[in-house]
Amino acid sequence: MKKEHDTLSQHHILPLKVYLGVGAALLVLTAVTVWVAQFHFGAFNIIVAMGIAAIKASLVAFFFMHLFYDNKLYFAVFAGSLVFLAIFIVLTMYDTERRAEVYEIEAHPIEAKALIYQTTPDTAAVAVPEHLDADSLPTDSGSSRGH
Amino acid sequence: MADRTNARFETEQAVHHVEHHFYDAEHQRDSAKLGMWVFLLTEVLLFGGLFCAYAIYRSWYPEMFYNAHQALDVTMGTINTIVLITSSVTMALAIRSMQFGRRKQTMMFLSATLLFAIVFLIIKYFEYEHKVHLGQLPGKFYTYQGIEGTNPHIFFSVYFMMTGLHGLHVLGGMAAISLMLYRTARNRFSSEYYTPIEVTGLYWHLVDLIWIFLFPLLYLIS
Repeated sequence: MKKEHDTLSQHHILPLKVYLGVGAALLVLTAVTVWVAQFHFGAFNIIVAMGIAAIKASLVAFFFMHLFYDNKLYFAVFAGSLVFLAIFIVLTMYDTERRAEVYEIEAHPIEAKALIYQTTPDTAAVAVPEHLDADSLPTDSGSSRGH
Repeated sequence: MADRTNARFETEQAVHHVEHHFYDAEHQRDSAKLGMWVFLLTEVLLFGGLFCAYAIYRSWYPEMFYNAHQALDVTMGTINTIVLITSSVTMALAIRSMQFGRRKQTMMFLSATLLFAIVFLIIKYFEYEHKVHLGQLPGKFYTYQGIEGTNPHIFFSVYFMMTGLHGLHVLGGMAAISLMLYRTARNRFSSEYYTPIEVTGLYWHLVDLIWIFLFPLLYLIS
Protein backbone atom coordinates (compact mmCIF):
# COMPACT_ATOMS: atom_id res chain seq x y z
CA MET A 1 0.00 0.00 0.00
CA LYS A 2 1.88 3.06 -1.18
CA LYS A 3 1.14 6.06 0.95
CA GLU A 4 1.37 9.65 -0.07
CA HIS A 5 4.12 10.41 2.40
CA ASP A 6 5.69 7.01 2.93
CA THR A 7 8.20 6.11 0.30
CA LEU A 8 8.41 2.44 -0.42
CA SER A 9 11.48 0.31 -0.76
CA GLN A 10 11.72 -1.85 -3.86
CA HIS A 11 12.87 -4.68 -1.68
CA HIS A 12 10.60 -7.27 -0.23
CA ILE A 13 8.96 -5.93 2.92
CA LEU A 14 7.65 -8.41 5.42
CA PRO A 15 4.26 -7.73 6.97
CA LEU A 16 4.28 -6.52 10.55
CA LYS A 17 2.32 -9.61 11.56
CA VAL A 18 5.23 -11.84 10.59
CA TYR A 19 7.71 -10.02 12.84
CA LEU A 20 5.33 -9.94 15.77
CA GLY A 21 4.28 -13.53 15.23
CA VAL A 22 7.84 -14.79 15.12
CA GLY A 23 8.66 -12.73 18.21
CA ALA A 24 5.73 -14.26 20.05
CA ALA A 25 6.75 -17.75 18.94
CA LEU A 26 10.26 -17.15 20.25
CA LEU A 27 8.94 -16.10 23.63
CA VAL A 28 6.67 -19.13 23.82
CA LEU A 29 9.55 -21.45 22.93
CA THR A 30 11.67 -19.80 25.63
CA ALA A 31 8.97 -20.61 28.17
CA VAL A 32 8.85 -24.19 26.86
CA THR A 33 12.61 -24.54 27.21
CA VAL A 34 12.52 -23.45 30.83
CA TRP A 35 9.51 -25.63 31.55
CA VAL A 36 11.02 -28.76 30.02
CA ALA A 37 14.25 -28.31 31.95
CA GLN A 38 12.57 -29.23 35.20
CA PHE A 39 12.05 -32.81 34.07
CA HIS A 40 14.88 -35.26 34.16
CA PHE A 41 15.16 -37.28 30.99
CA GLY A 42 18.85 -37.95 31.41
CA ALA A 43 20.78 -37.59 28.20
CA PHE A 44 17.57 -36.73 26.38
CA ASN A 45 17.38 -33.37 28.15
CA ILE A 46 20.15 -31.77 26.18
CA ILE A 47 18.74 -33.09 22.92
CA VAL A 48 15.39 -31.52 23.67
CA ALA A 49 16.98 -28.25 24.80
CA MET A 50 19.19 -28.01 21.73
CA GLY A 51 16.30 -29.00 19.49
CA ILE A 52 14.14 -26.16 20.77
CA ALA A 53 17.10 -23.79 20.52
CA ALA A 54 17.59 -24.89 16.91
CA ILE A 55 13.95 -24.10 16.12
CA LYS A 56 14.31 -20.66 17.71
CA ALA A 57 17.53 -20.08 15.81
CA SER A 58 15.84 -21.06 12.55
CA LEU A 59 13.01 -18.61 13.20
CA VAL A 60 15.47 -15.80 13.86
CA ALA A 61 17.59 -16.69 10.83
CA PHE A 62 14.80 -17.22 8.30
CA PHE A 63 12.55 -14.34 9.26
CA PHE A 64 14.42 -11.69 11.22
CA MET A 65 17.56 -12.15 9.17
CA HIS A 66 15.53 -12.59 5.97
CA LEU A 67 17.30 -15.78 4.94
CA PHE A 68 14.06 -17.27 3.70
CA TYR A 69 13.52 -14.45 1.24
CA ASP A 70 17.01 -13.52 0.25
CA ASN A 71 19.59 -14.76 -2.20
CA LYS A 72 20.30 -18.42 -1.44
CA LEU A 73 24.01 -17.62 -1.30
CA TYR A 74 23.60 -16.10 2.18
CA PHE A 75 21.92 -19.25 3.36
CA ALA A 76 24.77 -21.29 1.91
CA VAL A 77 27.31 -19.20 3.82
CA PHE A 78 25.42 -19.50 7.07
CA ALA A 79 24.71 -23.20 6.63
CA GLY A 80 28.37 -23.67 5.78
CA SER A 81 29.39 -22.19 9.10
CA LEU A 82 27.10 -24.61 10.90
CA VAL A 83 28.44 -27.56 8.93
CA PHE A 84 32.01 -26.76 9.85
CA LEU A 85 31.04 -26.13 13.44
CA ALA A 86 29.36 -29.53 13.51
CA ILE A 87 32.47 -31.20 12.10
CA PHE A 88 34.57 -29.40 14.70
CA ILE A 89 32.52 -30.43 17.69
CA VAL A 90 31.60 -33.94 16.55
CA LEU A 91 35.14 -34.99 15.71
CA THR A 92 36.54 -33.41 18.88
CA MET A 93 33.99 -35.10 21.08
CA TYR A 94 34.44 -38.41 19.28
CA ASP A 95 38.12 -38.29 20.05
CA THR A 96 37.68 -37.06 23.62
CA GLU A 97 35.06 -39.58 24.55
CA ARG A 98 36.93 -42.54 23.19
CA ARG A 99 40.40 -41.66 24.38
CA ALA A 100 40.16 -44.17 27.20
CA GLU A 101 40.11 -46.94 24.62
CA VAL A 102 43.61 -46.04 23.55
CA TYR A 103 45.28 -44.56 26.61
CA GLU A 104 45.40 -45.60 30.24
CA ILE A 105 43.15 -43.02 31.81
CA GLU A 106 41.81 -43.54 35.29
CA ALA A 107 40.23 -40.17 35.85
CA HIS A 108 40.59 -36.64 34.65
CA PRO A 109 43.19 -34.80 36.67
CA ILE A 110 42.38 -32.32 39.37
CA GLU A 111 43.73 -28.90 38.56
CA ALA A 112 45.88 -28.83 41.68
CA LYS A 113 47.16 -25.32 41.04
CA ALA A 114 43.63 -23.97 41.39
CA LEU A 115 43.28 -21.64 44.31
CA ILE A 116 40.55 -23.63 46.01
CA TYR A 117 42.85 -26.57 46.38
CA GLN A 118 45.40 -24.46 48.20
CA THR A 119 43.06 -23.68 51.07
CA THR A 120 42.38 -25.86 54.06
CA PRO A 121 38.73 -26.91 54.60
CA ASP A 122 38.45 -24.53 57.54
CA THR A 123 39.15 -21.32 55.71
CA ALA A 124 36.94 -19.70 53.13
CA ALA A 125 38.72 -17.23 50.84
CA VAL A 126 42.38 -16.73 51.53
CA ALA A 127 45.19 -14.88 49.86
CA VAL A 128 46.98 -16.59 46.99
CA PRO A 129 49.95 -18.54 48.32
CA GLU A 130 53.30 -17.32 47.08
CA HIS A 131 54.54 -20.63 45.96
CA LEU A 132 52.31 -23.35 44.57
CA ASP A 133 53.51 -26.56 46.10
CA ALA A 134 53.03 -29.65 43.96
CA ASP A 135 53.00 -31.80 47.06
CA SER A 136 49.97 -30.13 48.57
CA LEU A 137 47.53 -32.24 46.58
CA PRO A 138 44.00 -32.45 47.92
CA THR A 139 43.02 -35.64 49.63
CA ASP A 140 39.91 -35.96 47.56
CA SER A 141 37.72 -39.02 47.38
CA GLY A 142 38.80 -42.01 45.43
CA SER A 143 40.67 -42.53 42.29
CA SER A 144 41.70 -39.09 41.08
CA ARG A 145 45.24 -38.49 40.04
CA GLY A 146 46.68 -35.03 40.44
CA HIS A 147 49.42 -33.32 38.55
CA MET B 1 -1.09 1.46 10.04
CA ALA B 2 -2.04 4.89 8.73
CA ASP B 3 0.93 7.07 9.35
CA ARG B 4 -0.18 10.59 8.72
CA THR B 5 2.04 12.51 11.06
CA ASN B 6 5.33 10.74 10.67
CA ALA B 7 6.42 11.22 7.10
CA ARG B 8 5.03 14.71 6.56
CA PHE B 9 8.27 16.49 7.24
CA GLU B 10 10.59 14.10 5.43
CA THR B 11 13.09 15.82 3.22
CA GLU B 12 14.11 14.48 -0.12
CA GLN B 13 15.33 10.92 -0.19
CA ALA B 14 18.93 10.38 0.73
CA VAL B 15 20.81 9.21 -2.35
CA HIS B 16 23.82 7.06 -1.71
CA HIS B 17 26.72 6.99 -4.09
CA VAL B 18 27.33 3.68 -5.86
CA GLU B 19 31.00 2.80 -6.01
CA HIS B 20 32.39 2.39 -9.54
CA HIS B 21 33.21 -1.29 -9.20
CA PHE B 22 29.58 -2.26 -8.64
CA TYR B 23 27.09 -2.68 -11.47
CA ASP B 24 24.37 -0.80 -9.64
CA ALA B 25 23.03 0.00 -6.18
CA GLU B 26 21.52 -3.44 -5.87
CA HIS B 27 24.86 -5.09 -6.53
CA GLN B 28 26.46 -2.87 -3.89
CA ARG B 29 23.81 -3.77 -1.36
CA ASP B 30 24.11 -7.49 -2.06
CA SER B 31 27.86 -7.30 -1.65
CA ALA B 32 27.52 -5.54 1.69
CA LYS B 33 25.13 -8.18 2.94
CA LEU B 34 27.36 -10.98 1.71
CA GLY B 35 30.28 -9.39 3.55
CA MET B 36 28.29 -9.30 6.76
CA TRP B 37 27.18 -12.92 6.35
CA VAL B 38 30.80 -14.01 5.92
CA PHE B 39 31.67 -12.09 9.07
CA LEU B 40 28.80 -13.81 10.88
CA LEU B 41 30.30 -17.12 9.73
CA THR B 42 33.51 -16.21 11.54
CA GLU B 43 31.53 -15.23 14.62
CA VAL B 44 29.76 -18.60 14.64
CA LEU B 45 33.10 -20.34 14.58
CA LEU B 46 34.49 -18.02 17.26
CA PHE B 47 31.78 -18.92 19.69
CA GLY B 48 31.82 -22.45 18.34
CA GLY B 49 35.28 -22.93 19.77
CA LEU B 50 33.96 -21.98 23.18
CA PHE B 51 30.96 -24.25 22.78
CA CYS B 52 33.38 -27.06 22.00
CA ALA B 53 35.34 -26.32 25.17
CA TYR B 54 32.06 -26.40 27.06
CA ALA B 55 31.23 -29.78 25.54
CA ILE B 56 34.58 -31.25 26.50
CA TYR B 57 34.55 -30.04 30.07
CA ARG B 58 30.96 -31.00 30.58
CA SER B 59 31.68 -34.51 29.31
CA TRP B 60 34.58 -34.75 31.74
CA TYR B 61 32.79 -33.37 34.79
CA PRO B 62 29.04 -33.88 34.30
CA GLU B 63 28.11 -33.87 37.98
CA MET B 64 30.21 -30.84 38.78
CA PHE B 65 28.56 -28.97 35.91
CA TYR B 66 25.14 -29.88 37.24
CA ASN B 67 26.02 -28.76 40.76
CA ALA B 68 27.83 -25.61 39.69
CA HIS B 69 25.14 -24.38 37.33
CA GLN B 70 22.73 -24.18 40.25
CA ALA B 71 24.68 -21.13 41.34
CA LEU B 72 23.22 -19.36 38.31
CA ASP B 73 19.91 -17.54 38.59
CA VAL B 74 17.50 -19.04 36.06
CA THR B 75 15.04 -16.18 36.52
CA MET B 76 17.58 -13.57 35.58
CA GLY B 77 18.75 -15.69 32.67
CA THR B 78 15.19 -16.10 31.40
CA ILE B 79 14.52 -12.39 31.71
CA ASN B 80 17.70 -11.71 29.77
CA THR B 81 16.56 -14.10 27.05
CA ILE B 82 13.21 -12.31 26.81
CA VAL B 83 15.00 -8.96 26.73
CA LEU B 84 17.26 -10.01 23.87
CA ILE B 85 14.46 -11.55 21.83
CA THR B 86 12.45 -8.34 22.21
CA SER B 87 15.47 -6.33 21.16
CA SER B 88 15.68 -8.47 18.04
CA VAL B 89 12.04 -7.68 17.26
CA THR B 90 12.60 -3.94 17.67
CA MET B 91 15.75 -4.13 15.54
CA ALA B 92 13.85 -5.88 12.75
CA LEU B 93 11.07 -3.32 13.03
CA ALA B 94 13.61 -0.50 12.80
CA ILE B 95 14.77 -1.83 9.45
CA ARG B 96 11.18 -2.26 8.35
CA SER B 97 10.43 1.33 9.30
CA MET B 98 13.22 2.59 7.08
CA GLN B 99 11.91 0.40 4.26
CA PHE B 100 8.93 2.76 4.42
CA GLY B 101 11.19 5.77 4.75
CA ARG B 102 9.89 6.60 8.21
CA ARG B 103 12.84 8.30 9.83
CA LYS B 104 11.39 9.03 13.25
CA GLN B 105 9.88 5.61 13.66
CA THR B 106 13.21 4.05 12.73
CA MET B 107 14.92 6.13 15.40
CA MET B 108 12.31 5.06 17.90
CA PHE B 109 12.88 1.38 17.24
CA LEU B 110 16.66 1.74 17.24
CA SER B 111 16.44 3.52 20.60
CA ALA B 112 14.25 0.75 21.95
CA THR B 113 16.80 -1.84 20.82
CA LEU B 114 19.52 0.11 22.60
CA LEU B 115 17.40 0.30 25.72
CA PHE B 116 16.85 -3.45 25.80
CA ALA B 117 20.56 -4.00 25.27
CA ILE B 118 21.33 -1.79 28.26
CA VAL B 119 18.82 -3.72 30.38
CA PHE B 120 20.52 -6.95 29.32
CA LEU B 121 23.91 -5.67 30.42
CA ILE B 122 22.55 -4.33 33.71
CA ILE B 123 21.07 -7.72 34.58
CA LYS B 124 24.38 -9.31 33.59
CA TYR B 125 26.17 -6.91 35.89
CA PHE B 126 24.05 -7.98 38.84
CA GLU B 127 24.71 -11.63 38.03
CA TYR B 128 28.45 -11.07 37.84
CA GLU B 129 28.47 -8.94 40.95
CA HIS B 130 26.80 -11.69 42.94
CA LYS B 131 29.39 -14.20 41.78
CA VAL B 132 32.29 -11.91 42.57
CA HIS B 133 30.84 -11.44 46.02
CA LEU B 134 30.73 -15.17 46.62
CA GLY B 135 34.11 -15.90 45.11
CA GLN B 136 32.70 -17.84 42.17
CA LEU B 137 35.30 -16.53 39.80
CA PRO B 138 36.96 -18.06 36.76
CA GLY B 139 39.98 -20.27 36.93
CA LYS B 140 42.64 -19.50 39.45
CA PHE B 141 40.61 -16.76 41.14
CA TYR B 142 37.91 -19.16 42.26
CA THR B 143 37.53 -19.44 46.06
CA TYR B 144 33.93 -20.51 46.71
CA GLN B 145 33.66 -23.66 48.76
CA GLY B 146 30.01 -24.60 48.37
CA ILE B 147 29.98 -26.64 45.18
CA GLU B 148 30.52 -30.36 45.10
CA GLY B 149 32.63 -32.09 42.54
CA THR B 150 36.18 -31.73 41.33
CA ASN B 151 37.40 -28.59 39.62
CA PRO B 152 34.31 -26.40 40.11
CA HIS B 153 36.36 -23.45 38.93
CA ILE B 154 36.22 -24.86 35.42
CA PHE B 155 32.50 -24.29 35.13
CA PHE B 156 32.94 -20.65 36.04
CA SER B 157 35.84 -20.28 33.65
CA VAL B 158 33.55 -21.49 30.89
CA TYR B 159 30.66 -19.36 32.14
CA PHE B 160 32.60 -16.10 32.37
CA MET B 161 34.43 -16.68 29.11
CA MET B 162 31.29 -17.37 27.12
CA THR B 163 28.97 -14.80 28.67
CA GLY B 164 31.80 -12.27 28.86
CA LEU B 165 32.64 -12.56 25.20
CA HIS B 166 28.94 -12.43 24.39
CA GLY B 167 28.59 -9.32 26.56
CA LEU B 168 31.42 -7.66 24.67
CA HIS B 169 29.57 -8.44 21.47
CA VAL B 170 26.47 -6.83 22.93
CA LEU B 171 28.53 -3.73 23.69
CA GLY B 172 29.91 -3.66 20.16
CA GLY B 173 26.41 -4.06 18.81
CA MET B 174 25.26 -1.14 20.93
CA ALA B 175 28.01 0.99 19.44
CA ALA B 176 26.92 0.06 15.95
CA ILE B 177 23.24 0.72 16.72
CA SER B 178 24.14 4.08 18.25
CA LEU B 179 25.97 4.96 15.07
CA MET B 180 22.92 3.94 13.04
CA LEU B 181 20.77 6.09 15.30
CA TYR B 182 23.00 9.07 14.70
CA ARG B 183 23.09 8.58 10.94
CA THR B 184 19.34 8.10 10.79
CA ALA B 185 18.91 11.33 12.72
CA ARG B 186 21.11 13.04 10.14
CA ASN B 187 18.82 11.74 7.39
CA ARG B 188 21.49 9.62 5.74
CA PHE B 189 19.06 6.79 5.02
CA SER B 190 15.93 6.35 2.96
CA SER B 191 13.67 3.62 1.67
CA GLU B 192 16.16 3.21 -1.18
CA TYR B 193 19.28 3.10 0.95
CA TYR B 194 19.32 1.58 4.41
CA THR B 195 22.00 -1.05 3.99
CA PRO B 196 24.04 -0.12 7.11
CA ILE B 197 20.98 -0.54 9.30
CA GLU B 198 20.28 -3.85 7.61
CA VAL B 199 23.74 -5.29 8.22
CA THR B 200 23.74 -3.96 11.79
CA GLY B 201 20.47 -5.84 12.20
CA LEU B 202 22.07 -9.03 10.89
CA TYR B 203 24.85 -8.70 13.46
CA TRP B 204 22.41 -8.01 16.25
CA HIS B 205 20.29 -11.03 15.37
CA LEU B 206 23.37 -13.20 15.56
CA VAL B 207 24.14 -11.89 19.04
CA ASP B 208 20.61 -12.92 19.99
CA LEU B 209 21.10 -16.29 18.28
CA ILE B 210 24.22 -17.04 20.29
CA TRP B 211 22.45 -16.22 23.53
CA ILE B 212 19.58 -18.54 22.51
CA PHE B 213 22.10 -21.37 22.65
CA LEU B 214 24.07 -20.10 25.63
CA PHE B 215 21.04 -19.84 27.89
CA PRO B 216 19.95 -23.51 28.01
CA LEU B 217 23.53 -24.80 28.04
CA LEU B 218 24.59 -22.73 31.03
CA TYR B 219 21.39 -22.13 32.99
CA LEU B 220 19.23 -25.18 32.32
CA ILE B 221 21.48 -28.17 32.82
CA SER B 222 19.60 -31.14 34.21
